[in-house]
Amino acid sequence: MADATMETTRATPMVVPHQSVFLDKVKELLPEGGNLSMCLTCGLCSSGCPASGLHDMDPRKFLRLCALGQDEEITSTPWVWMCTMCQRCVYACPMAIDIPRLVYEVRASWPRETRPKGILGSCEQALKTEGNSAMGARSEDFQFVAEDILEEVKETQEGWDDLAVSFNRKGATYFLNQNSREPVTEPDEMVPLWKILHTVGADWTYSTVGWAAENYCMFLADDEAWETVVRNKAKAVDDLGCKYWLNTE
Amino acid sequence: MYAVRVGLQKFGIKHNFEIESIIRLYARWIREGKLSVSSDWNKDLGITFTLQDPCQLVRKSFGDPVAEDLRFVAKSVVGEEHLIEMYPNKSNNYCCGGGGGYLQSGYTEERRAYGAIKLKQILDTGADYCIAPCHNCHSQIHDLIHHAGKDIPVVHLWTLICLSMGILGENERGYLEERLAELGL
Repeated sequence: MADATMETTRATPMVVPHQSVFLDKVKELLPEGGNLSMCLTCGLCSSGCPASGLHDMDPRKFLRLCALGQDEEITSTPWVWMCTMCQRCVYACPMAIDIPRLVYEVRASWPRETRPKGILGSCEQALKTEGNSAMGARSEDFQFVAEDILEEVKETQEGWDDLAVSFNRKGATYFLNQNSREPVTEPDEMVPLWKILHTVGADWTYSTVGWAAENYCMFLADDEAWETVVRNKAKAVDDLGCKYWLNTE
Repeated sequence: MYAVRVGLQKFGIKHNFEIESIIRLYARWIREGKLSVSSDWNKDLGITFTLQDPCQLVRKSFGDPVAEDLRFVAKSVVGEEHLIEMYPNKSNNYCCGGGGGYLQSGYTEERRAYGAIKLKQILDTGADYCIAPCHNCHSQIHDLIHHAGKDIPVVHLWTLICLSMGILGENERGYLEERLAELGL
């Protein structure tokens, strides 16, 4: 009996540690290494993460697998598309470890054509349209719909004769963006916002360039496409000389 | 907004403008008296609301100050006694599962499993309506509630601001559903 308890059990470890090529690569990208090697394994990240348990993964496990060099497992789990990169884990973490950034880099390591089709398609649409609309809305259609709805409001509702919507108006204070969902599927939802802006006397304009608020290229983890979209939007605001890029959210 | 704000930094894109959220402007305009909202319409009706803090706006961008602005606006239009908080909230809020491209990812079952915490938070408040001032939150929460067979309409803040000022048109009430469909017309 005594001998048996002294004997060391040599079961196969669950994880055989390797030097993680992936972790080193990510650390190079992050300021101060993104604290990725400073995990205390406390589990605060996982206990407050809605994605914990999906596909047998959670933020702590994900980070530990990465720290132990299990590159194949972390770069193949679909869990990276089930974490929303909401940063609640960073907020809770005593070491402020940027796990969402790690998730982003793992997403980016997937061959582009294997990433979720819906996200890929939405990014492609944004790249194809001058308004960067993930729904592929053409700018002339956006402008037509907005002006059409405006006329309808003026005709059917009293007291809105002065309600105005402008496009590409230089020098406006606010460059207002708009989620594609409104002009495409629920244009009447734009009207309350116009009424509010009108009531306070805000000086605002829409643009036919870079007007769409959404950006799926970031979610696709495609740096090049993300940058292209942001550059297009930033240039559109500066070309009109607007002081603020105003988000409707 | 997060994609532009962080994208400008990440890619070092020079620009001459600032980034602003309409939520902060709503709060400022109400404080300055430019937006004369009121919660009187709800005094006798007593319709209750809960409020989703969008991650991209609050935790990931402007933090608790904008969460306070959000509450100030919501309370101004529905009445302080009719706003029921979820907990945790503000910067510590749970993501609803509408972010990160989830809605377009094809992982529908996982997305709804992710959203179970948010759904429970909303149902626990017992509120009649849920205010979601973010498009992805709006779509996700709408789907979670609908899928659970519950009847809690999800509304944008602009709808309630105009409703409270008596300027919400007939066609602008798509999300209000029956209880408020006719109010102030």
